[in-house]
Amino acid sequence: MNELTSPSTKPTWREWLLAEEPTSRRQARAVGWYQGWLAFRSNTLAMIGLIILVFLIVCAIFAPLLATHDPYAQDLGQRLLPPGFQGNLFGTDSLGRDIYSRLLFGARISIYIVLLVAMVAPLIGLIIGTIAGYAGGWIDVVLMRITDIFLAFPRLILALAFVAALGAGIENAVLAIALTAWPPYARIARAETLTIRNTDFIHAIQLQGAGPVRIITKHIWPLCISSLVIRVTLDMAGIILTAAGLGFLGLGAQPPSPEWGAMISEGRKYILDHWWVATIPGLAIFAISLAFNLLGDGLRDVLDPKESGQ
Amino acid sequence: MPPVPPWLKKLGSTLVTVAVTILGLLFVTFMIGRVMPIDPVLAVIGERATQEQYNEVFYDLGLDKPLIVQFAIYVANVLQGDFGTSIRTGQQVSDDIARVFPATLELATLGTLIGVFLGVPLGVLAAVRRGSWIDQLARFVGLIGYSMPIFWLGLVGLLLFYGILNWVSGPGRVGIFYQGIVEPITGMLLVDSTLRGEWEVFRDAFSHIILPASLLGYYSLAYISRMTRSFMLEQLNSEYIITARVKGLSERKVIWHHAFRNIRIQLITVIALAYANLLEGSVLTEIIFAWPGIGQYITVSLLANDMNAVLGGTIVIGTIFVCLNIFSDLLYRFFDPRSK
Repeated sequence: MNELTSPSTKPTWREWLLAEEPTSRRQARAVGWYQGWLAFRSNTLAMIGLIILVFLIVCAIFAPLLATHDPYAQDLGQRLLPPGFQGNLFGTDSLGRDIYSRLLFGARISIYIVLLVAMVAPLIGLIIGTIAGYAGGWIDVVLMRITDIFLAFPRLILALAFVAALGAGIENAVLAIALTAWPPYARIARAETLTIRNTDFIHAIQLQGAGPVRIITKHIWPLCISSLVIRVTLDMAGIILTAAGLGFLGLGAQPPSPEWGAMISEGRKYILDHWWVATIPGLAIFAISLAFNLLGDGLRDVLDPKESGQ
Repeated sequence: MPPVPPWLKKLGSTLVTVAVTILGLLFVTFMIGRVMPIDPVLAVIGERATQEQYNEVFYDLGLDKPLIVQFAIYVANVLQGDFGTSIRTGQQVSDDIARVFPATLELATLGTLIGVFLGVPLGVLAAVRRGSWIDQLARFVGLIGYSMPIFWLGLVGLLLFYGILNWVSGPGRVGIFYQGIVEPITGMLLVDSTLRGEWEVFRDAFSHIILPASLLGYYSLAYISRMTRSFMLEQLNSEYIITARVKGLSERKVIWHHAFRNIRIQLITVIALAYANLLEGSVLTEIIFAWPGIGQYITVSLLANDMNAVLGGTIVIGTIFVCLNIFSDLLYRFFDPRSK
C-alpha cells in the first residue's frame, strides 16, 4: 500500500525531473534537459567523447599543478630525451623542454582558440542569417549571395591569406578561421528564421508593436540556438585541425608558446631519429578532435534525430 | 522573339553565379592585399630607394587612384592572367604557378582515384550490411579520417613506411639521379615518363608519390564512403527496391542495377567536391613531403612576404574550387530528372 501513502511525501529529484506534467516553467525546462541527458548518456561513443573532453579541460585548468617542469625552461643538456627518461614522462624536445608539461599548457591554447572561434563565427552567422531571413527581399538576396561567395572559398587557403595580411599570431588566426567559418551558420539561421517568420506567435508580437530588432533578438535567436549548437560542436574538430595547421605553418601561436601544431612543426626535423617530439603532440590534437567529433555526433542524435541518418 | 529554352536560362544564371562568385573572390583577395601591413611600393623597390623612385612606382602601381578604380585595374589584370611579379623568384606569378601546378594536380588526382576506388565499394557494402562489422569499419575509418591532422599523419607515415619499413621513397618528387631526365609534356611526372617510355623514372616517381597520394586518398575515402553509405541507405529503403526484391531479382542485381544506378549523379557531385577539397588539403601534405606543388609555393611565398604570389595562388585554387563546386551543382541539375 505504499503508493497510497506516498503522495504526501516530497518527490525525489529523479521523479521531479521525469514528471509527465511539469508544474512550473523551470521544471519543464529541467525535464527537457534531463531527458536529453538520459538519451545522450545511452550513447556510448558520445560519452567517451565527453569524458575525453572533460579530461582535457581539467588538464588545461590545472596545468600549473599537473606539470612536472616549467614548459618554457630550456636545458640543452637534456635535449631529445626519450619518453620516461629522467622523469620526463613524454621526453624532451630539441631545446630540452619537457614535452608533457608543454602539452598541458598547449591544451589551454587549443581550448582558447576553439572557444573564441565557436563564439565569433556562429554569432556572425546568426546575425547575417536572421536578418536575411526576416527582412527578405533584396536584403536577403544580397546577404545570401555574399554567404555563397564565402562558402565557395577554400577555407584553409583563405585563412592562410588572411593571416598573411594580418600578421601571424593566435588572435589573427582566430579571426581568420572565424571569417572563413561563418557561412554555414548563416544558412542554418536563415532557414530557421524562414520557418519561424510566418508563425502565429510572431504575428501576435508584431501586432503588439514589437520592432524587428526586438523580434529577431528576443524571439527568433533563442529558437535558432539549438541547431547552431549542434553544428558548432560538429565543426569544432575542424576548427582545431585548421588552427593546428596554421600553427604548423608558423602562422598561429608564435614560439616559444607550446601550441600543439607548432610543436609538431618543431619536431618535424627529428621525426626519423626522435619520433616522440612530433608524434606526441599530434596524438593530443587527434584526441581532442576525436572527442569533439564523437560528442557532436551524439548531440546530433539527441537533439535532431531526423538529421542523424540513423 | 522566340522563347528562351529553359536550359539556356539555367546556363545563363549559372554563368552569372560563377562570374559573381569569382568577382567576390577577387574582391576579397584585393582587400587582403590592401590591409596587409607591408607597403607594396617598398616591397618592389626595397628600402633604400629615393623619394623619386618611390613616387614613380607609386604611380605605376596606380596607388594614387580611387580604390574602386584600383580594383577594376586589378580585375582586368587578373583576367588577362597577370598576377604581378613574384618578389621571391623574380618571375611572373602566372609562370611560376603554371610550373608548379601540375605537381599538385598529379598528387590530388591520384589521391582522389584511391579515395573513389576504395571509398565507393566500402560505402555501398556498409549500407547493404548495415550494422555489421564492415559498417563499423566504415564508421571507424571515417571518424579517424575526420579527426586526424593531415600533416601529422604524413609525418607518422614517413616515419613508418620510409624510416622504419623502407617501403617507399622519402620526401620530394623524384630521386636526385632521375631529376631532369624526362622532358616535360604535361608536367605530371607519371604521365610524362609513361609517354616517353622512361620506366626507371616512372618507378622512382611512383615510389615517391604513393605515400602522400595514399594519405590524401584516405581523407577523401573517409568523406566519399560516408556519403555513399547515406545515399545507398536512402535508396535501399525505398519502395522500388522492395518491389525488385519481391520480383525475385538477385541481391546483386538489386544493389548494383537498381540502387547504385540511382546514386551515380549524387556520387559524381560528392567526388567533385572531394577533389576540390584535396586540391586545398594538399597544402599541408606538400609541406611535409617537400612536394613542389602550388601549396608549397603559396606557403613558402607567404613566409617570404611575397603577397603577389600568395594571392595569385589563392585566386587559382579558389577559382578551381568555385568551378568544381558549380560544375557538380550543374551536373546534378541537368542529369537528375527529379530536379527538373
